[in-house]
Amino acid sequence: MATAASKTTVPLAGDDAVPEAVVVRFAGDSGDGMQLTGGQFTLSTALAGNDLATFPDFPAEIRAPQGTLFGVSAFQINFGSSDITTAGDAPDILIAMNPAALKTNVGDLKPGGLIIADTGEFSDRNLVKAKYEKNPLEDGSLARWQLLAFDISALTLESVKPFGLGNKEALRCKNMWTLGLALWLFDRSREPIVDWLKAKFAKAPEIADANIAALNAGHAYGETAELAVPVKQLHVAPASVLEGLYRTVTGAEAISLGLVAGAQLADLPMFFGGYPITPASAILHHLSRLKEYGVTTFQAEDEIAAIASAIGASYAGSLGVTSSSGPGIALKGEAMGLAIMTELPLVIVNSQRGGPSTGLPTKTEQSDLYQAVYGRNGDAPMPVIAARSPADAFDCAIEACRIAVQYMTPVMLLTDGYIANAAEPWRVPDMASYDPFAVQFLDHVPEGGLKPYARDEKLARPWIKPGTPDLMHRIGGIEKEVNTGHINYSPANHQAMTELRRDKVLGIAKGLRQDVSMGNETGKLAVVGWGSTFGPIHQAVRRARRKGHDVSHIHIRHIWPLPENLGELLAGYDQILVPEMNTGQFKTVLRDQYLVDAKPLNKISGQPFRIAEIEAAIEGMLA
Amino acid sequence: MNDMTTLTKPRVETVLKDWETDQEVRWCPGCGDYAILKAVQRTLPQIGADPKNAVFVSGIGCSSRFPYYVESYGFHTIHGRAPAVATGVKLANPELDVWIVTGDGDGLSIGGNHTMHILRRNLDCQILLFNNEIYGLTKGQYSPTSREGTRTPSSPGGSVDHPAKPCAFALGSGARFIARAYDVSRQLPAVLAAAYNHKGAAFVEIFQNCIVYNKDVFADFTEKKNADEGQLWLEQGKPMLFSKGTKGIALDREALTLKVVEVVDGDWQSAGVIVHDVTNRSVAHMLVEMPFGLFPMALGVIYDAPAPSFEQAVVEQNAKLAAGKTADLQKLVSQGQTWTVSAGPATDAARRNTAVRDIPAWIAWARLIRPS
Ligand SMILES: Cc1ncc(C[n+]2csc(CCOP(=O)(O)OP(=O)(O)O)c2C)c(N)n1
Ligand code: SF4
Ligand SMILES: [Mg+2]
Repeated sequence: MATAASKTTVPLAGDDAVPEAVVVRFAGDSGDGMQLTGGQFTLSTALAGNDLATFPDFPAEIRAPQGTLFGVSAFQINFGSSDITTAGDAPDILIAMNPAALKTNVGDLKPGGLIIADTGEFSDRNLVKAKYEKNPLEDGSLARWQLLAFDISALTLESVKPFGLGNKEALRCKNMWTLGLALWLFDRSREPIVDWLKAKFAKAPEIADANIAALNAGHAYGETAELAVPVKQLHVAPASVLEGLYRTVTGAEAISLGLVAGAQLADLPMFFGGYPITPASAILHHLSRLKEYGVTTFQAEDEIAAIASAIGASYAGSLGVTSSSGPGIALKGEAMGLAIMTELPLVIVNSQRGGPSTGLPTKTEQSDLYQAVYGRNGDAPMPVIAARSPADAFDCAIEACRIAVQYMTPVMLLTDGYIANAAEPWRVPDMASYDPFAVQFLDHVPEGGLKPYARDEKLARPWIKPGTPDLMHRIGGIEKEVNTGHINYSPANHQAMTELRRDKVLGIAKGLRQDVSMGNETGKLAVVGWGSTFGPIHQAVRRARRKGHDVSHIHIRHIWPLPENLGELLAGYDQILVPEMNTGQFKTVLRDQYLVDAKPLNKISGQPFRIAEIEAAIEGMLA
Repeated sequence: MNDMTTLTKPRVETVLKDWETDQEVRWCPGCGDYAILKAVQRTLPQIGADPKNAVFVSGIGCSSRFPYYVESYGFHTIHGRAPAVATGVKLANPELDVWIVTGDGDGLSIGGNHTMHILRRNLDCQILLFNNEIYGLTKGQYSPTSREGTRTPSSPGGSVDHPAKPCAFALGSGARFIARAYDVSRQLPAVLAAAYNHKGAAFVEIFQNCIVYNKDVFADFTEKKNADEGQLWLEQGKPMLFSKGTKGIALDREALTLKVVEVVDGDWQSAGVIVHDVTNRSVAHMLVEMPFGLFPMALGVIYDAPAPSFEQAVVEQNAKLAAGKTADLQKLVSQGQTWTVSAGPATDAARRNTAVRDIPAWIAWARLIRPS
């Protein structure tokens, strides 16, 4: 049996330093169950009271050839005592289940960080597949790091022997063995994982038992290694978070829950039309299980049918919702124009991914901002809001529903692949604290006769459901006459209607105040972000401020229309930096709207920003 | 066929005038669309339709202007997408009578995909496809139903593509109701009523004369002088006779195709003429594939065999999945593995509770491997 390597040291800085946070990355073949392992480790971390953020990073191929570099699936978690808003820059610990996983991930590992590797997978064949000429575990090439290498495969097989599984099935328990070791490493309870395994394999108790045995064996191995290698316990300070009930939530879950909550607050049934696409499908999956909340889900034949059916449902009195990612959003463009013209409520969720075209389906990007704000034919104004984190997506979804029904307009909610997949702890909201915005349909002929395009104080037209007596009328995509809604092609009418549609949407900004997330309302530098860059910007600004720099963080939820005080706020800073995962789209919007010299910081690698990258840009601007 | 719907939908008494709007009709004088509009407005009172529950959904094209002229709810959507919009309307409110009005370009070219899927899903609605074998609204380009050799501005040398057959396409897509008529045919209201009374997607192809860009392309069977030889009106339980009863349609048992047979002295039985059975799908396939010229044009209700409709299945499944569950938002957001952050240490009992765990916020341990 293999034993732990003797040369192990603390992977964290400073011998007795208290780590503020630890970053662990699980990496393996896409068939090794790394996302599951990561997910369960996340749960145990949340239960241990640490704040955390995760970053699942998996290949686009469902079943990539085993052992290959492009088949590597990884899951990173950052947890600790301070408020954690990113998945962390460089991992402290890398768990590499095969040579390919080691090769593709070790470059990110902190100097002095710990590698845990399964020697059982470092066969000649796998080394060739990973394009290693020599075994890196033996040739000294990993000297910069600490190495703990032993035969996890053999140990797993040994531990599940009593269950008589086939070799392949038995090896599948490797991830649980590894998880057991990781749980031991951080002194975590195995109990919730055991419960989860029992529930997951309720129909195959022998599989559950084998996995539990592997989990226990991995944990026990840690205990034995503890004897072989001196171990010191490190005290990680508590995360100072608000008291209350917490759960973990992914962006896709939070959006689904927020949409359900939004429809309930509007007192409407919800109709969701979708067509599968990564990373948006998860929302369709979640909502399909919530029928008791008055949710109807419809898997349409394409994205156009998905949005068109949602528009039809809104017309008939439901809250129509559709969701997709860049390529599908492009297909929905014409129908968004129809919703704008017919002034029907609609929520369009865009989980952005790397583009153009099919682009990087499983990687994250913020490059659909132009598409969201400008990407339709005609003068077609549409509100756009962006979620900053998985938990924030809940409130953003409710906000999208509110705007849609109060202003009779389609609304786009932007998230991205990172937010959709990542999990973070979420303080369960008190639903009673949300103000309802129950919809009033027009149900009688108003004084002066029926005018389907009459307007209220928000410039919204009445919502009239088919089936209502005496209010029969026709709507469509042809230009509408002011008030009556009849077809009207006259120049003056088109001018008036275009301005009305514009002013209605601009009116949403009334009363929207932009606050400063961190720092002061004036100063030398404002870092202005939107969407999922919140975490790295926040941390970078915090670090820079600790060093004494005059820098503030402004994070924008309402992308269109922008908050009414934003121009004034931005004018109070000498410089503006806009980090974005695109080539500078929001920077251009800010320049256009406020004639400010917003400077871009762009990353288009399909990976989230590192804190250090933003910190360096801040220091560069203040130097 | 359709006792369920006729029972649940109360008849409403209206007259033709009640279905007319004050909008100026904008089709070319003499366009076949006028006749179809009148036929629909005549049918609606006959079937007892309720103006407040009728929703006409259309795409884009001359034909798709239709909803503006019917005093009911109407939605003139975008090119080709009427079936998708209609699906949302019907799923949101299954009580509504949904009529889709589309053209050969709208329904079979840009919207062919949606037409296929609404038919296979069998959404309860009427689909009226006005086939004028041309793109009327865009000024006369050839369409997917134009015959080979059609000369238009975009095909000055004559079109070379093979035309689609709307009814064959619909049957192939799984339609449970297929009917055919032409704009000025006397029988159009009866065909529309049959479509209305069919629960599920009812597909009606209506040959429509575009007098500006494709004048008289259907004259070979619609003109009075050609009607006897050119039209085969199908009626449930009646023999398939035409040409004043002197000809009929029989099965060529050798070739397994249809054939035209002479009927002498009204003795259609001995001529082997087929009795129309609207539920016979195989014969329906053969009827819609009959090459015109060698055969007359099959008109009337070709196929009518109801099956469970989509919105009904969705409603039933939603009810089943929701049964016994209550909508409690607070419970919903609190689902999954939760834990409570509190000021003090946790009790062992709380720790063991898998639903809610009390984790002391003041302490967390990480155990790390240290050098010897
Ligand atoms: C997306 C889009 N593409 C093209 C058009 C232009 N267009 C309008 S109607 C039409 C063809 C209509 O033909 P058909 O459905 O046969 O209707 P008809 O006018 O003959 O009744 C086209 C190509 C459009 N409105 N929208
Ligand atoms: S162009 Fe043809 S189809 Fe269109 S309105 Fe004129 S006659 Fe009718
Ligand atoms: Mg046409």
